[in-house]
Amino acid sequence: MTSMTMIEAINLTLRKEMERDNKVVCLGEDIGKNGGVFRATDGLQAVFGEERVVDTPIAESAIVGAAVGMATRGLRPVAEIQFLGFIYEAMDQMAAQAARIRFRSAGTLNAPMVVRAPFGGGVRTPELHSDSLEGLFLHSPGLKVVMPSSPYDAKGLLAAAIRDNDPVLFLEPMKLYRAFKEDVPEEDYLLELGKAHVLKEGEDLTIITYGPTVPLVKNVVEQIEKTQNLSIEIIDLRTITPIDEETILASVQKTGRAVIVHEAVKTGGPGAEISALINEKALFHLTAPIIRVTGFDTPYPVPSVEDDWLPNATRIGEGIKEVLSH
Amino acid sequence: MWIEPNETEVNRVQVLNETGKLVRTYPQICDEELLGLYKWMVQARTFDQRALKLQRQGRIGTYAPMIGQEAAQIGSAFALKEQDWMYPSYREVGASLVHGVSMENFFLYTMGNLQGGTSAKNANVFPVQIIIGAQCLHAVGGAWASKLQHENSVSVAYIGDGGTSQGDFHEALNFAGVYKLPVVFFVQNNHWAISVPRSKQTASSTIAQKAAAYGITGIQVDGNDVLAVYSTMQEALKRAREGKPVLVEAVTYRQGPHTTADDPTKYRQNTEVESWLEKDPLKRMKAFMIDRNIWDEELDQKEFEIANEKVTKAFQLAENTPNSKTEEVFDFVFEQKTKQLQEQKSSIGTEGVLK
Repeated sequence: MTSMTMIEAINLTLRKEMERDNKVVCLGEDIGKNGGVFRATDGLQAVFGEERVVDTPIAESAIVGAAVGMATRGLRPVAEIQFLGFIYEAMDQMAAQAARIRFRSAGTLNAPMVVRAPFGGGVRTPELHSDSLEGLFLHSPGLKVVMPSSPYDAKGLLAAAIRDNDPVLFLEPMKLYRAFKEDVPEEDYLLELGKAHVLKEGEDLTIITYGPTVPLVKNVVEQIEKTQNLSIEIIDLRTITPIDEETILASVQKTGRAVIVHEAVKTGGPGAEISALINEKALFHLTAPIIRVTGFDTPYPVPSVEDDWLPNATRIGEGIKEVLSH
Repeated sequence: MWIEPNETEVNRVQVLNETGKLVRTYPQICDEELLGLYKWMVQARTFDQRALKLQRQGRIGTYAPMIGQEAAQIGSAFALKEQDWMYPSYREVGASLVHGVSMENFFLYTMGNLQGGTSAKNANVFPVQIIIGAQCLHAVGGAWASKLQHENSVSVAYIGDGGTSQGDFHEALNFAGVYKLPVVFFVQNNHWAISVPRSKQTASSTIAQKAAAYGITGIQVDGNDVLAVYSTMQEALKRAREGKPVLVEAVTYRQGPHTTADDPTKYRQNTEVESWLEKDPLKRMKAFMIDRNIWDEELDQKEFEIANEKVTKAFQLAENTPNSKTEEVFDFVFEQKTKQLQEQKSSIGTEGVLK
């Protein structure tokens, strides 16, 4: 066990996976000598060489498209999109190419590849550096969408993503890269993609969240439980595709109340899907409407207002109060 | 120094002129290869014409004819080695057949059968690409994989003149140049991207010259001259195998509509089409072979009959293949079906309708 940050856990996992399997290659902008703008790939080029840790020209579509070409011909590329907001440049290669190659070849070809990208707000970035766009890919059959919320999860989920035989979008909450350290085993372990993590059991209410908002939700719940006689369950989804229906439904059937928290914009977001799922399969267990605490339906705002725009302690608290009022 | 547009002179490679006469030193092509090239062109044209008829009869779906482009497609694919990979657009029946895709497979594709996408099972041919230019990047990635895994394999992207306007094309050429990848971009400039002429696609006087901007080699070839295409492609592949990517522009003409859903009389003059029929690739090669005393009208007729039979058999096989079943669509999304896919699959009855 070593105490490390999420960025260190990601770096360690990449190194271990490249050591384990020489088909794993990394490509992206500034990932070589510079080690990535957040240092996720720091030191990897020195160990594995320029052929396996490739600094690419600035061309997101080519990074993802080339990864599709590599993956279908025997390699396991790990592509980095410098910030998730830049992935619009590669939408076709993500949603129409990587996601569909297994389907349109009727299972003859597949693309075992990972696209890593930092995402999420709260760090005062310029425009299009903080957007949470996971909903776009939830709506693109053929892609898995994974987001860790801790160093331990990052290691187990990233290793599983690299070894998966389908394309995985691996979204890293940049706010959490260096937010805290925790003990991470050096040895190999995998966390199953599609399996949620019940962070804390509770009886009165379920909060469903993932990625950047997980530590925030934990804090809010801790504060509320200190002062009120409430027992709140927290589910960290870890992946939104595949989504862990069983864990969500079992929890909501127990508590009868659900609040969904994510930074992505509200309309058509992952929360809408989770809410619809609960309505279809657990409606009669509900004692209150489901509340979504999310980003507003605007483009991601400028830094001076982002703290109010993002789900924060106040807004999550209001959401909890609202579902408990029924 | 100002770099003025279109200053570079690009000489188009030609071996046979429009009447089938040699216009330069004969490349090292033996008679057996000549016959092979021509027979493939006959097969491609026969398939193409039948597919058009079958679509009109409602027996296959939308089809993108390649008539007029046989020399470009056959000449280029004939130069590939078995271990090379092809990344085709939707108008590459001729090239795909030469590289090992069966006619039956192509019919299944046009009939909307899922099995139509399985070209890579028996040949190094990617499934047909619909998004214009997207396959250029897959060819780049494939070439990269073969380079890193030390395979002696070239990846060839097939696109049209319209495809060269896409960002993916430019990004692909750029990557190919930077990483010195074993890749060839084979552009069939057939003059029309649905209704938009080549002149409105780019201000460059040739497509071949675009290679220079990416630090790779470019060449323009008469795409209706199968000998010129074949010998040029052999050289391009040789260079690519040495890590020198090549952009080939084969100048040809789409004699037919964009697809069976298109009416080209709306946007182009018949006189233009007629002038290109004079430059027909089969006519030219046939004249050359007759001159060379290795072909005659009787053999020619027989070859078309053989091809016709082959197409008939392939279509019968395709027609006798069971249709795709609705429940199959759930099997090819992920390696293992998610719970949602399992549930949706089980909601489909055996007749393919909701239970």
